[in-house]
Amino acid sequence: MQTSIERRSPAPVGAMVPRLYRVADRRQDTADTFTMMLEPRDGAPLEFIPGQFTMLSAFGVGEVPISVSGAANVAGPLQHTVRDVGAVTHALARTSVGQIVGVRGPYGTGWGVADGAGADVVIVAGGIGLAPLRPAILEVLSHRQRYGRVVVLYGSRSPDDLLFTDELKRWENLGVEVLITVDYGTSSWTGRVGLVTTLVARAGFDPRSALVLICGPEVMMRFTAAALIVRGVPPERIRLSVERNMRCGTGLCGHCQYRELFVCLDGPVLPFARVSDLLGVREL
Amino acid sequence: MRTIEQYLPDYSFFAGLDADALALIAGCATNVSFAPGEFLLREGEPANQFFIIRRGRVAIQVHNPASGPMVVDTVDAGDVLGWSWLVPPYTCLFDVRAVEATGAVSFDGRCLRGKCEEDSRLGYALMKLVTQVMLGRLTAARLRLLDMYGTPITSPVALSPDVPGATHADLD
Repeated sequence: MQTSIERRSPAPVGAMVPRLYRVADRRQDTADTFTMMLEPRDGAPLEFIPGQFTMLSAFGVGEVPISVSGAANVAGPLQHTVRDVGAVTHALARTSVGQIVGVRGPYGTGWGVADGAGADVVIVAGGIGLAPLRPAILEVLSHRQRYGRVVVLYGSRSPDDLLFTDELKRWENLGVEVLITVDYGTSSWTGRVGLVTTLVARAGFDPRSALVLICGPEVMMRFTAAALIVRGVPPERIRLSVERNMRCGTGLCGHCQYRELFVCLDGPVLPFARVSDLLGVREL
Repeated sequence: MRTIEQYLPDYSFFAGLDADALALIAGCATNVSFAPGEFLLREGEPANQFFIIRRGRVAIQVHNPASGPMVVDTVDAGDVLGWSWLVPPYTCLFDVRAVEATGAVSFDGRCLRGKCEEDSRLGYALMKLVTQVMLGRLTAARLRLLDMYGTPITSPVALSPDVPGATHADLD
């Protein structure tokens, strides 16, 4: 069955030339993670589908692939949620409102959220993996009547590392089943402590037809997929966001080759059934 | 109102046990409840009970003199709490505290150990059930040791050329 996430994206014209974006606003989400709201200098909004990424430039420092974390098809600034972990992301972290960054893209496949129409949609996020899934959640909520139950399972390192906490509450108020767990809790934390995979058995959804979208550390995705299959979810209904060394974003450089796949073109969102064998291959 | 014996099969932990085994186990069980903050088990005390949590949430925690209690796991409604009752020296290894108002079924471990000694078939069946719980918790604990969310290389959106130690950092 051909699905929306199996198409390769053609390299757009001028794909290697970044467009200039002004930092319109900036929000510190956690101690090391922030969200940038970007407005195009030329006024033309970036069209993207949930799950796609762009190459963000800190001029003079470098470029990084970062998934879009804002809603698609909605007027407003382009949103990227970034974790400050290295030279480029640190430079982006120091960018203040009014400064200019570069944006190339969007690149890659999307979540194919529409394939979940008529069924339950289950979102499983680990750590900053909630950021690339946020556009998918917003897409589902913007067409709520098309979908069955919506479940968000979210695992984080600690309560302080949870992203979008206000929004998680809002989603819950909109009828989304939001289950959160953290790896480390203090005595003041009244939520769950444990691995995100343990939430799979707890969530209310029909495993036979649900569309499941997973983003997080690769080990977490592997074990989550295994738990989902035990629950009865068909592997072809599980999608995950794979990440490799993406440089050009257009399938030219080959840095992100994942055996027969180019992650920047064939991914980052891939059906689990297509990569399940690859995930266990060492040094791939 | 249903008896404990009648509602034990509602819990997946007991799935697969026959009616005789359920009757034996239910004979060692009582309903209990805990207020938030109340302790179900204390580290170092004799492990003579285990629980099925029926509602609420409990935290398995260890006291760290430097930072106070650290929660290492939580157990929610439908889950089993406690396996030290089955393994010598039958001593609790962690504190367990009710996070919310919690209702549970408490099983008398000494009573059940006695029945398991007398009936090896029941003992083996219970041991298999408890081992499944232990396997799940051990696997989860091992994966959490990886500190997956705290390691930049494994974070999907942070796996960028500027991540120190990332597979492709040498290409930067």
